Amino acid sequence: MDINAILQMLHANRFEAASVILFVVGLGGMLFNRSLFKKVVSMGFMDSAIFLFLTSAGYVEGRLAPIIADPAVTATMEVYSHPLPAGLVLTGIVVSVSFTAFGLALTQRLYKKYHSLNIDEIMMQAQKSED
Amino acid sequence: MRLFYENYPFFCVFISLLCGILTTLIHDGKKARALTLAMLAVCAVLNGVVCFSTAARGVSFTYSMGAFPAPWGNELRSGPVEALLATVFCLVMGFSLLGGEADLKEDILPEKQNLYYIMMDLLAASLFALCFTNDMFTGYVFIEINTIAACSIVMAKDSGQTIVATIRYLMMSLVGSGVFLFGVSMLYTITGHLLMPSLFPAVTRLFRTGAYQYPLAVLAGMMCVGLAVKSALFPFHTWLPTAHGSATTASSAVLSGVVLKGYIILLIKVMCRVFTPEEIGSLGVGSVLLVLGACAMIYGSIWAVREPHAKRMIAYSSVAQVGYIYLGLGLCTTAGMAAAIFQIIAHAFTKPLLFVSTGGLIDASGHQKKLYYLRGAGRRCPMAGVGFTVGGLSMVGLPLLAGFVTKLVLGRAALAEGIPSWQMILSLTAIAISSLLNAWYYLPAILQIWKGGEAPAGPGGEAYVHGPYEACLSFRIAVVCMSVVVVLLGCFAQPLMELITRGVALL
Repeated sequence: MDINAILQMLHANRFEAASVILFVVGLGGMLFNRSLFKKVVSMGFMDSAIFLFLTSAGYVEGRLAPIIADPAVTATMEVYSHPLPAGLVLTGIVVSVSFTAFGLALTQRLYKKYHSLNIDEIMMQAQKSED
Repeated sequence: MRLFYENYPFFCVFISLLCGILTTLIHDGKKARALTLAMLAVCAVLNGVVCFSTAARGVSFTYSMGAFPAPWGNELRSGPVEALLATVFCLVMGFSLLGGEADLKEDILPEKQNLYYIMMDLLAASLFALCFTNDMFTGYVFIEINTIAACSIVMAKDSGQTIVATIRYLMMSLVGSGVFLFGVSMLYTITGHLLMPSLFPAVTRLFRTGAYQYPLAVLAGMMCVGLAVKSALFPFHTWLPTAHGSATTASSAVLSGVVLKGYIILLIKVMCRVFTPEEIGSLGVGSVLLVLGACAMIYGSIWAVREPHAKRMIAYSSVAQVGYIYLGLGLCTTAGMAAAIFQIIAHAFTKPLLFVSTGGLIDASGHQKKLYYLRGAGRRCPMAGVGFTVGGLSMVGLPLLAGFVTKLVLGRAALAEGIPSWQMILSLTAIAISSLLNAWYYLPAILQIWKGGEAPAGPGGEAYVHGPYEACLSFRIAVVCMSVVVVLLGCFAQPLMELITRGVALL
């Protein structure tokens, strides 16, 4: 396969490609960042990547949102894009926001207790206080 | 005409959510506790009725929410297996709450007690939904509700250690659910369906035509790995020992006994109702689960042998026991599935029994958590000692106890015709080594708690134990009931296995 074909394929699947890259960035950040704050932000990256993937699946170039503004006009399916993925993304956003809030609240609590955001340092201190 | 019991799965989800909301208005911890226990009792009865009715007729049914037909509306579905597991979950949660009562009063501030029971109600609701849902995205949403409730019950004992454990648990869980959601999204973009009955023919067609083979393998892998992270399959178990070992007794019992299993049930549904077990096997995902399960069985036990902290030792044993479940799933046969489901039920009773009894032993030893300080604790609190002995021996696999039947049915499933020989050898070796290791750490622990003589003193010579210890009534009830169930599961496993096997065929 020559470079042109690959580029064309990437262009045709640009949303999917972008979302996979974002997802991996977020996943890596959540697993390997030592700062709790960065972990929570990475979680946002990961969720946004999935939302991009889902919305792009429902979006059709040039079509409208499925809202019938004028009841006199008979609606045909070909004019509109798929609304269901948008609904799924909305649900996902709610879940993601609540987890971000929960994660940040925990981070804040740990910061007040141990004066650090670094998970290794916090774990060391917690271990010490237990012994 | 709809039979009336077909409404019960929905009632269970609804009642538990409603109790969660009502509990926010009750500021008295005792009343909140009574409400939660009553809710669990009612749900156990309702699910039991569904289980018996569907098993007697040999049917399963679909319940469309709000009477919207299939492609648009959301659906619940139940057969004997789902209802049986939901019943087990209600009972185990109830016993765990009863058995952990003393510690709950001590670990949680009185004005925050009702918040703990809200989380228990939400946990029950999400578990019912995971058992009964027929829709992948609903499954995802309730996974997240389950996660947030589970994290909250870990951090309920408000110490630095538990908050650290919670945030590690939260991060790993979110990685798991993110990966799972990505898998579901990919499946949705390929097939255009989220309901399992519509997904099934679409996926079958894809397998027949051979289209989208790599994406299917990737997304099946992502769903399995996502759920495996959440149910602490080796090597994603790192969060489990601290979370389960440091939480309050009732939380540890519920987390180990019930919460881990909720995700596995969704995985079983994905394997049976979206794909078929054979398809999962042909994608290679089954073999990966099998190998990881076998590793977990051995690795978890090795770490348990090295652990001096009593509750963390039991938590590492959970890693090993989850490995047994994945070993059954990884065989990708009906017998393997049935064995995995039996192990889910057996472990759901045995592990909370161990956690609750250990909680009692620790209380009887002046709140010292190391095994060394538990010497003679069984004599100080005989009820807890008996519970720990029954649970420990069941884990080792003594005949007439639940753990033995698990090993037996798993071994039988591995020896069945059509299983590749390397899988057979690996499974049997893993079961043998893991049983040996289980004996290696449970038997000394059991001997330790029954040893006579003076209770051990601290490093400075200070005494931790002051006089005899009196266990409260609810603790006794919980330990007796769970011990009896563990023995019953071991003695009368045959009818239950038949029920499960028939139920798996209806999945």
